[in-house]
Amino acid sequence: MAVLDFLSRVFGREGSGSKNVAKERLRLVLVHDRNSIAPEVLEDLKEDLIRVISNYMEIDVQALEVNLSNEDSSVALVASIPILGMKRRQRANWS
Amino acid sequence: MGEVIVITSGKGGVGKTTTTANLGAGLAALGYKVVLVDTDIGLRNLDVVMGLENRIVYDIVDATSGQISVNKALIKDKRFSDGRLCLLPAAQTRDKTAVNPNQMRKLCEELKKDFDFVLIDCPAGIEQGFRNAVAGAEKAIVITTPEVSAIRDADRIVGLLEAQELRNPRLIINRLRPGMVRKGDMMSIEDMVEILAIDVLGVVPEDDLIIVSTNKGEPAVLDEKSRAGQAFRNITRRLTGVDVPLTDLEPDGFMDRMRKLFGLGRR
Repeated sequence: MAVLDFLSRVFGREGSGSKNVAKERLRLVLVHDRNSIAPEVLEDLKEDLIRVISNYMEIDVQALEVNLSNEDSSVALVASIPILGMKRRQRANWS
Repeated sequence: MGEVIVITSGKGGVGKTTTTANLGAGLAALGYKVVLVDTDIGLRNLDVVMGLENRIVYDIVDATSGQISVNKALIKDKRFSDGRLCLLPAAQTRDKTAVNPNQMRKLCEELKKDFDFVLIDCPAGIEQGFRNAVAGAEKAIVITTPEVSAIRDADRIVGLLEAQELRNPRLIINRLRPGMVRKGDMMSIEDMVEILAIDVLGVVPEDDLIIVSTNKGEPAVLDEKSRAGQAFRNITRRLTGVDVPLTDLEPDGFMDRMRKLFGLGRR
């Protein structure tokens, strides 16, 4: 090994191997970056949710909350939707 | 009908403008009709990199606002006799809100009728300037350098491009230093592809001649001696559909050092 070390020093191959540090740091930071969601996308999602759920029940639109929850390496979509009342089945069938 | 390609990166200073200038000149040298559009309103630079800064009369805001015809705002690069390379400069005394995405879409539609390639030089950032630059584009090229900050921003840009329906962007890795990669002190092409998971369009080695060519306002792609210029020539040909293998980026490899040692250096 000493000979190899010497040769690589002569031919300028020494280095700290810092690219591995870079790669690992990037990997971690990207896991976080990629899990985030743009506010406008979240707004769109909220509106779609309201539209669909309103077909079945009356919900408190003001108090509705939709968020991404980030725990360790897993991500979940958490929605809190207060219900004000149920719609009658028939009414849904007529429309 | 030509194709509209946006050149973007997120991070500033990684080589968007230099790449746009070189790909434009490279494509024109192959005989294609090319127009370069500088969308960096307020921080215009493509004109100086191209060496056309003294010929600007009108700019992109004049053209998109309808004050003058688009044709009138185009500057013809005299290095190509038949005017097949043109520049639409950015406005310098306005800001990014002086143009909107709809106007950009209209502009691109008009330009691609007359040109084979419409290359859009995107400003740094992800705000209105970015949204303008990508609005009329059909394809995207993402530029990065082998640094954590540039790669992180490139990753973000790839996500935003997808949100704009610009799928399968292709990557140009700029300013790669093969010697450092060999020593394990710089991420390799493979490392970056693994992280970003997009196809590589080309790799441009670090080259002092880029600074010389920018000083003169002459794209390196037209300089036979420039290594970066060679890389840009290869990328240019790939853009036209030719299958060109990635260049040998080992000019300071073992054999070269031996040659240098014995006075047989290539340069």
